[in-house]
Amino acid sequence: MEALVAIAIGLLTAGGIYLMLRQRTYPVILGLSLLSYAVNIFIFAAGRLAPGLPPIIDKAQAGYTDPLPQALVLTAIVISFGMTAVIVLMALGSFLSSGDDRVDGGAE
Amino acid sequence: MSHWIIAPVVLPAVLAALIVLLARGNLAAQRGIALVGAVVLLAIAALLLLASTAGPEVYRLGNWPAPFGIVLVLDRLSALMLALVAGLSVPVLIYVIGTGWDARGRHFHALFLFQLMGLNGAFLTGDAFNLFVFFEVLLIASYGLMIHGGGRDRLRAGVQYVAFNLLGSTLFLIALATIYAVTGTLNMADLAGKVAALPEGEAGLIRAAAVMLMLVFAVKGALVPLQFWLPGTYANAPGPVAALFAVMTKVGAYAVIRMGTLVFPGLWPLIGGMLEPAAVATIVLGALGVLGSRNLARLVAFAAIGSMGLLFLAVSAFSVQATAAALYYLIHSTLAAAVLFLLADLVLERRGGLALQAGAPMSQLGLIAGLFMAGAVAMAGMPPLSGFVGKLLVMQAMPAAWVWTVILLASFVTMLGLARAGSVLFWKAHETGEMAPHPAQPLAFGAVGLLVAGLIGLTVFAGPVTAWLTLTAEALHAPAAYIAANGLESP
Repeated sequence: MEALVAIAIGLLTAGGIYLMLRQRTYPVILGLSLLSYAVNIFIFAAGRLAPGLPPIIDKAQAGYTDPLPQALVLTAIVISFGMTAVIVLMALGSFLSSGDDRVDGGAE
Repeated sequence: MSHWIIAPVVLPAVLAALIVLLARGNLAAQRGIALVGAVVLLAIAALLLLASTAGPEVYRLGNWPAPFGIVLVLDRLSALMLALVAGLSVPVLIYVIGTGWDARGRHFHALFLFQLMGLNGAFLTGDAFNLFVFFEVLLIASYGLMIHGGGRDRLRAGVQYVAFNLLGSTLFLIALATIYAVTGTLNMADLAGKVAALPEGEAGLIRAAAVMLMLVFAVKGALVPLQFWLPGTYANAPGPVAALFAVMTKVGAYAVIRMGTLVFPGLWPLIGGMLEPAAVATIVLGALGVLGSRNLARLVAFAAIGSMGLLFLAVSAFSVQATAAALYYLIHSTLAAAVLFLLADLVLERRGGLALQAGAPMSQLGLIAGLFMAGAVAMAGMPPLSGFVGKLLVMQAMPAAWVWTVILLASFVTMLGLARAGSVLFWKAHETGEMAPHPAQPLAFGAVGLLVAGLIGLTVFAGPVTAWLTLTAEALHAPAAYIAANGLESP
């Protein structure tokens, strides 16, 4: 399970970084989204992986899973979602006003 | 427990929402609300500055005790930063109203207040994850402000700026998650104890997390090689927005100082060892950029990068004296950069471009040239203004031959670049063309004058200010009182 999660985070990060280094805005935004997915899983895993356990202390259960990273992840998801919406709109505005969607193209 | 501590966060948030809800189409009302808000924030900041001399004070959100709930902490450093933000925001707002920048797009004042909320929150919070949240608040407001008024180049620079910062935020989250995984806490005062008490085997992870965290702050502080976002962003942002952004790079410096002195003092050989060469490279790049720029706004942006280099160099020394010098230079460079960005905007309005080449003479040429002279003298670190005092303090705190060589050579090159820009813009102008008339805009000039007055005040009262900053630096380097205010035990 740990290996699976680690591989998933690694693949998402690698894909995200590759896409982020592309020239056009659309792949860059996709890359940033992939990176934010990777980071969300990473935060989630920061509280240790405890399958099948409740996020509260319950005497009847064998243990508990740390609820704090879940709250952190929720915040991170909301923020990255909002930020992605902002950059999509800005990239769209940039494309519509210049007719070109390269990230670092154009004259000074 | 004083409830005033949360006012710098809540007040702008409420006013910004009020502006969006009630004053959508009414620019005069928006201006009134924003200006009153900024002035009240300045008064509150002054009040908190006085209160902070009594020692750190903690405000528990939801009244949960420190490691479990989120806390805001008011200490000398955070009070100083609040006062700096408030003191900068009032002149910038007056300038915006005086030049009518706020009429060129929608929601300027709401975004401006949200930006203030994010800045104030970042300076007050005592929780690392909350710091991330306030970073995002100030960033998302800055995205809106940066593309205010629209235009092709501004939007393109805006996309780069957002992409760079999103990457920074991702790195921030990875660092925070790693810190939480190792220590199980995100309260800064609690982290101070937990990080110091870590067994040797776990130290590798926390070192990696600390370096990643410092990388994020270096992105914000435009430290070489992470400065690529700054020139394009600042040169393409509206002038007054760039002036407000002068304090945003300082958020990076603040975070390095705060986390470095409080949480990672034991790791400073590692962090400082990375900061120092990067800071020197930043100073050099800033000076060369000033000399090489063919556009006034880019020139000022590079001058701002150079000043961040000097600031980080002083921070990297990690001594009380150097930290006090860094804080003095921080105040100075914020004001100086803001003055020059506002002047660049005045020049842009009168010449229709920012290219550094001889053109038709401007209206109000003498006044702009005089103010530019003052701003350039301050930025280059020439006597008699505060830049000179600031550089002197840094050099006194770091008496090494190579440090002095770098600082003095970079100052010389910066001075050369600024002098060249000034002579091309203001002297060669008389030789060519007809003057295009332009309204006088007394409010705009008054705003720049206020900032210059701030620089002069910082010079005249350099003695008391430095004494106060030395106490601040002493408190930073001995954070026992800060940790005790959180109700926790020192390591």
